Amino acid sequence: MAKAAGKSVRANRRDVALRTVAAVPLNYALTALATIFVARILPGSPAQASIGATTLCFAIFAVVAMLCFTVQSVGKLWLTMIGAGLAFALADWLLVLTGGRL
Amino acid sequence: MAWLHTWVGLVLGWLLYAIFVTGTSAYYQEEITQWMTPEIGSAAVASDKSFAAAADWVQHKAPDAQEWSIFLAGKRAPGLQLYWTNGPDAPADAPTEARLDRQGREVKARETQGGYFLYRFHYDLHYINWYWARWLVGIAAMAMLVAILSGIITHKKIITDYFMLRLGKGQRSWLDVHNASSVLFLPFVLMMTYTGLVSLATHYMPWGIAANYADTEKFYAAAFPYPSPPEKTGAAKLAPIGPMVAAAERNWGMAAGGVRVLNPGDRSAQVIVSSGVDGNMSARPRSLTFDGATGRLVSAHDPSGAATATEGVMIGLHAGRYAQPILRGLYFLSGIAGCVMIASGLILWTVKRRPRLADPDKPHFGFQLVEKLNIGAIVGLPLGIAIYFLANRLLPVGLAGRGDWEIDSLFLAWLAAFIWAAVRPSPRAWAETTAVTVLLFAAVPIVSALTTGRNLFHSIAAGEWIFAGFDLAMLALAAGFWTAHRRIVRRARGAAEGRRPQRNTAPA
Repeated sequence: MAKAAGKSVRANRRDVALRTVAAVPLNYALTALATIFVARILPGSPAQASIGATTLCFAIFAVVAMLCFTVQSVGKLWLTMIGAGLAFALADWLLVLTGGRL
Repeated sequence: MAWLHTWVGLVLGWLLYAIFVTGTSAYYQEEITQWMTPEIGSAAVASDKSFAAAADWVQHKAPDAQEWSIFLAGKRAPGLQLYWTNGPDAPADAPTEARLDRQGREVKARETQGGYFLYRFHYDLHYINWYWARWLVGIAAMAMLVAILSGIITHKKIITDYFMLRLGKGQRSWLDVHNASSVLFLPFVLMMTYTGLVSLATHYMPWGIAANYADTEKFYAAAFPYPSPPEKTGAAKLAPIGPMVAAAERNWGMAAGGVRVLNPGDRSAQVIVSSGVDGNMSARPRSLTFDGATGRLVSAHDPSGAATATEGVMIGLHAGRYAQPILRGLYFLSGIAGCVMIASGLILWTVKRRPRLADPDKPHFGFQLVEKLNIGAIVGLPLGIAIYFLANRLLPVGLAGRGDWEIDSLFLAWLAAFIWAAVRPSPRAWAETTAVTVLLFAAVPIVSALTTGRNLFHSIAAGEWIFAGFDLAMLALAAGFWTAHRRIVRRARGAAEGRRPQRNTAPA
């Protein structure tokens, strides 16, 4: 009984730790990649697009951070975030490669 | 998600409280600076005359200067700030900055950072590198944003709690105070948190710029043009500044806030007039560039892009420089409510856990640590700010490094509050530190009257509303801490009486 409780506490702690790592550093990387993507696709001058994307990025970060503590499965959370990150990274890379930077 | 709110709130609450207290004071930054430089009169002068007088002054003071910048921080500013770049022949230690009053006379005021220090502390902190300080502040702000948003989503009775405040009921009251101050001012705090992050957005998220610019300088040149002096082409008298400022003000329909002159006394001279910080809700100024020799308008810069306008208004909403007296008062009161929200949340952490302690007289280390840090942080900072104001009046006017001494006084007093909290029993430390804070705030108008000859009655009679208002604000703060002190003493007495029968049964 005590052993089972100990195990569940440890499992709970690992769950929280994995969600926290997803919600902070992993979220920052994902938000950065998404911000680059938005800055590339927003219409208007490059300066306007950069400012617009930067102004928006905190909303992206906050929503993703909350999702990290609400979704059921930590495994799925990590997979989705890494997948989304890779998709944004690829899109960013292609956009910069084809469009260039100032 | 409730545990997330509790623990993130606890760890970052002390920092957020300090950010909120000093940030709230920043709504009266100019007034605090005015009070801390009592040598400067507060007579208002039309800004074109101020700028013209300042230009005359710097022309005499630094005739070979390559560039001047004259700033006026809005209608409430006690004076103008001047910076200039000396010519190549000037000695290395020649002055490059000065403060003038609004008539263009150099101000010989006591050295102080004034309200500006409290404003800068609220995002740059002090004694630590500003780069990392901004990251710390940003992490705290982002955590707060997530805590607020998740709080709204998970809060089931937000409308009921909105109208619920049950005083004098112990833990329930602290929860109600926390909820009332949070929910009532939630839109304000949410707005401040997001716009605060936007104010330092490129510090936290430089990748939006990096997406379009390999060279960051090119972004800043496009978004916030700041031309450098052109090649000199031969001597020519600088046209009068006053008419250019007046023309710019007519053009915008609002006051000017800055004048930059490149190559004064040369045919290539340029005069760039920027709009004032308090003329518009957006924090991004407009500017007009005039030919310095002829005074003719050359070009106009108007930050009118959708993103710039949005960002500028967000930052403007945060800083509230546009706010007229009544709105400014509301900003200040909302800021105080934010401070109360954070302080009551921190106190709630201990109030909630006290009944669960094995022995309430000897709490475990973690509980004691939180309680001591609460005292040092919640009471210690206002106590330190009172000392900051007193130091402004009591330190010798000619003391070298006086501005830094004032700041050091604040932190020494704050540190003393932490030490006091650590060595005294917690209930006593609460009572004693609040009592000292009452005395210190009440002493500010008295010490000021004795050291400057400006007393409250004289200020009211003379219509010096900034000085009168400051003194009255100090008395109001003293009264606020007096109320808190009375409650703490009554509560401690009540608790002692409640425990007495138990004590009697225990063998002494």
